[in-house]
Amino acid sequence: MKLTDLTITQAHQGLKKKEFSAIELCKAYLDRIKERDKEIFAFLTINTKKALSQAKKIDDLILQKREIPQLAGIPVAIKDNILVEDLKCTAGSKILGNYIAPYDATVIKKLKEKAAVILGKTNLDEFAMGSSTENSAFGATRNPHDLIRVPGGSSGGSAAAVAANECVYALGSDTGGSIRLPASFCGVVGLKPTYGAVSRYGLIAFASSLDQIGPITKTAQDCKTVFEAIKGKDGLDSTSIETPKIKNLKFKIENLRIGIPKEYFVKGIEPEVEKVIKAAIKKYEEMGARIEEVSLPHTEYANPAYYIISPSEASANLSRYDGIKYGYSTKEAKDLMEIYLKSKGEGFGQEVRRRIMLGTYSLSSGYYEAYYLRAQKVRTLVKEDFKKVFEKVDVLLTPVSPVLPFKIGEKIDDPLSMYLVDVYTVSINLAGLPALSLPCGKAGHLPVGLQIIGKPFEENKILEIGEIFEKTCQR
Amino acid sequence: MISQKEVQHIAKLARLGLTPKEIEKMQKELSSILDYIEKLEEVDISKVEPSSHLIKVENVMREDEKSKKPEAKSQKLLELVPEKKAGYLKVKSITRAFVQQKRRVEKRTQSSL
Repeated sequence: MKLTDLTITQAHQGLKKKEFSAIELCKAYLDRIKERDKEIFAFLTINTKKALSQAKKIDDLILQKREIPQLAGIPVAIKDNILVEDLKCTAGSKILGNYIAPYDATVIKKLKEKAAVILGKTNLDEFAMGSSTENSAFGATRNPHDLIRVPGGSSGGSAAAVAANECVYALGSDTGGSIRLPASFCGVVGLKPTYGAVSRYGLIAFASSLDQIGPITKTAQDCKTVFEAIKGKDGLDSTSIETPKIKNLKFKIENLRIGIPKEYFVKGIEPEVEKVIKAAIKKYEEMGARIEEVSLPHTEYANPAYYIISPSEASANLSRYDGIKYGYSTKEAKDLMEIYLKSKGEGFGQEVRRRIMLGTYSLSSGYYEAYYLRAQKVRTLVKEDFKKVFEKVDVLLTPVSPVLPFKIGEKIDDPLSMYLVDVYTVSINLAGLPALSLPCGKAGHLPVGLQIIGKPFEENKILEIGEIFEKTCQR
Repeated sequence: MISQKEVQHIAKLARLGLTPKEIEKMQKELSSILDYIEKLEEVDISKVEPSSHLIKVENVMREDEKSKKPEAKSQKLLELVPEKKAGYLKVKSITRAFVQQKRRVEKRTQSSL
């Protein structure tokens, strides 16, 4: 087995048993990036020098026969909207093109405490707004399974890097599906944790009531390892909470009640996707789980509500890029107003501008009640749908996306058709629930992801349900 | 359909400088997105409370003490400022354009007298 094929668990064992050194492991990935990333374009920044010096430190620890944490020496890639001190952090935007992060995000601090080796920063849709990674100001990332297709977005760089073996695992962020969609399109595992389970401190804010950081990995087991490392309450994020301990984690599959929301299998889903998803559900049934059809009646309203709420929050969050404190500042301005107008006008890309406009409109005087307030009320109904269903079943299974990875350029000029790719993922963010994207099969050469939605703070349960599937399929 | 004037007004509120051509494009795109969003009007929300978070969010309190930001940290933040002078952020005048305009108006009024 090649070093670049390893999972976290395998790489950790290899390091412990001295089958290879952390330097060798790190170099293997840096070489792989050099060789493969010209085509994929997953990385915006490569952290060669610091990654190697960090790897050296871990080799010294191993030589001293010291116990090393599971993530020590394991090469990781970080989405470029998460701050890593002294590395460029662009959020995929020209407006932050030269921004050097002045501090570490809490998740990075935690990974560094576990002696992780940070390989670099990955491409994304500008400010995480998009479903294809085509909205990056620095160019589109390509899907490793088919180079003419998109990797999904917005964490497309992170998912593509994992799928192309350019890192062992990666971090992404998910506001309306931005971890799960690219994980599905690239055939890797992605977890969107319960809102508040992971600190958002140091994540460049998009929509604060929806954003969550989560892992993108090769296996569900790896996903659990990373999630355990990054979760927890943080004094620097007042919305973060300590994950309550869930008892009886070891469950019998025969006692598992799985709900299939009928609203997720209606017009709009591609038949190939439906076929693969139905086959995966069948597998759980064969393993002994009880499958029942359930209803989430407000499903069709979740996406329109999302496209009010998230741009509204974004328009407030992005007002900070004013050309004064940091980031791009126009060179030609007569007065302060012109600095604002030109810095934003020249610095933001098309999609970001659209969302700022949409959000400002929804929040503006005379429209607030008709749009924003109405959307927040619909959000309550979406949340209650899930609450009711979870009284009957333990988890829900759905597709991650109604479509297979589409071609680069196919949807970029039609914003609305791009928004519709998110119909199966946004509800989960509106309700704040945890959800896993698990590769469950292929349609031709293109991967299809199964979405496993859990009750609040039951990440470990959905991960375990994912693991059961992986084990059964490997047999 | 949202009017061009409305688009201009919103762009100004957002401090987003758009060219006339961009305004026109934005008008079309926003209109089609707003049409889609209108779907929400089908939902009966008369007895529903709005919600923003899954978990009840509580206030987080801490001691009100002077932050212990080391010199190096503030230096890092200052390095990111586009224009600065003697350790301060430098901004363009808020009033310069306004004053110039006022002067022009005054001159015109004077010359017409």
